[in-house]
Amino acid sequence: MMEDQIKIDIRHFEFDYGSVTALKDLNLSIPARQIFAILGPARSGKTTLLKSLNRLADLIFGTRHRGQIFIDGKEIYGEDVSLPELRRRVGMVFDLPTPLPLSIFENVAYGPRLKGNGDRRRLEEVVETSLRGAVLWEEVKDRLHTSALRLSGGQQQRLCIARMLALEPEIIMLDEPCSGLDPISTASIEKSLMTLKEKYTILLVPHNIQQASRVADRVGFFLGGEMIEEGPAEDIFTRPKMKKTEDYISGRFG
Amino acid sequence: MISRHQTQQVAKTVIWVAALSTLAVMFWILYQVLEEGLPLLRLEFLLDSPRQMGRTGGIFSTIVGTVALTAVAILIATPLGVGTAVFLREYTRESRISRVIRFGTDCLAGVPSIIFGLFGFVFFVIFLRMGWSILSGGLTLATMVLPTIICTAEEAIKSIPYSFREVSYGLGATRWQTIRRVVLPNAFPGILTGVLLGVGRSVGETAAVILTAGSSFLMPDSIFSPIRTMAIHFYILAREGISMEMAYATGAALILLILAINAVANWLMYRYVHRG
Repeated sequence: MMEDQIKIDIRHFEFDYGSVTALKDLNLSIPARQIFAILGPARSGKTTLLKSLNRLADLIFGTRHRGQIFIDGKEIYGEDVSLPELRRRVGMVFDLPTPLPLSIFENVAYGPRLKGNGDRRRLEEVVETSLRGAVLWEEVKDRLHTSALRLSGGQQQRLCIARMLALEPEIIMLDEPCSGLDPISTASIEKSLMTLKEKYTILLVPHNIQQASRVADRVGFFLGGEMIEEGPAEDIFTRPKMKKTEDYISGRFG
Repeated sequence: MISRHQTQQVAKTVIWVAALSTLAVMFWILYQVLEEGLPLLRLEFLLDSPRQMGRTGGIFSTIVGTVALTAVAILIATPLGVGTAVFLREYTRESRISRVIRFGTDCLAGVPSIIFGLFGFVFFVIFLRMGWSILSGGLTLATMVLPTIICTAEEAIKSIPYSFREVSYGLGATRWQTIRRVVLPNAFPGILTGVLLGVGRSVGETAAVILTAGSSFLMPDSIFSPIRTMAIHFYILAREGISMEMAYATGAALILLILAINAVANWLMYRYVHRG
């Protein structure tokens, strides 16, 4: 059955920054073509989990990992893994908008160009499709060659989503993509997530609990680097098994 | 009791005096040289070669010498310096080797230019048998300006936010692609500043040049020819009492050359920052 196909399989995974352990003995399977929400207060290991999946976390000096992560059955910390290829398959949007100081067009074309895809017509197509996918096309189609830094915060964040879609990834990871956005931009991003999950496996660090309950299929609750509980969204939100999850969801701490 | 307002006033005055004195000294020097030199500065003077040891004629061969020597020095020092800075910031962590390199460049930066001249004379001119030539002088100046270029390029690279690199890697870039497409373009204005400082030092240098490039004012025909730079021409004219007027005219031309280089560089930087 398609819904039960496992895309990401994490086994006994731990991650340290120097002497600080950010993720502890994580075991988690994430099914394909669903939205998996990673819930938890600050410093609970959410971003580390995302950055472990595209191996941005181990760029930092002094980090260590233990355990294994498989994507489509292939160990991503293996020796023969091509990092550029992994990162194209596992696209990421950061919690703050991070446009490069280039034009709108060049920001979106950055990833495809790295593959040596220099054909102008093809690039223009990819840029348009990606910007439409991120619900930004209509707002910027007449000024694709102006600096991306002149866009508003919400537009910049959607640009980052478009830039990631241009990689044609399989997994997309969004780290609080709506922090600092107005409710209208948030709604349009959530709307595009619902379409995107037909094609992609989505990992979302939601911007609040309400957002998780609106869009997530499954939810994992993290606290202090440990996954406390994981399951279908409706179970987590209506009948959590753990006291800590219930306390967090009902807003007793955060 | 001194009120906060009074301290504020004092600080403001001191800072204004400092800034204005700097300006005043600069303009005074400029005025002094240009006042004596500018009236003698004609097109024939710039385009004629020196005659009678420089008592008459022009300074064309020394302009050629200055430009050639500086070009060789910068063309050698820039790739080496930028490469070293990239190595220090992007390819190593703080480690023994990076500390050794940084210590070395800091020491080099403090060495007086005459020592570089002596080194160049012994190593390039004598040992490598390059003789007094543009090449010997250029290599010597390159070693002299290298620390400045490394240091400014490293600062420029350091000031690029980590998030830019993270984004680039996250979009599937290799380390080299990240350096070429994100790090170097964004560090460009800072790198250019360092290169300009190097140009300024090369154009104005005398001690190191006279020991390694000679002081012949004949027109050079290759990088193996000895040359005389404008700075050295100025030095010899004034020092040996050949002609104070010619010395001032050369000085004025030298100042105008430096101003022109800075103007072009500023224009380049403006174009670069306001591109797209």
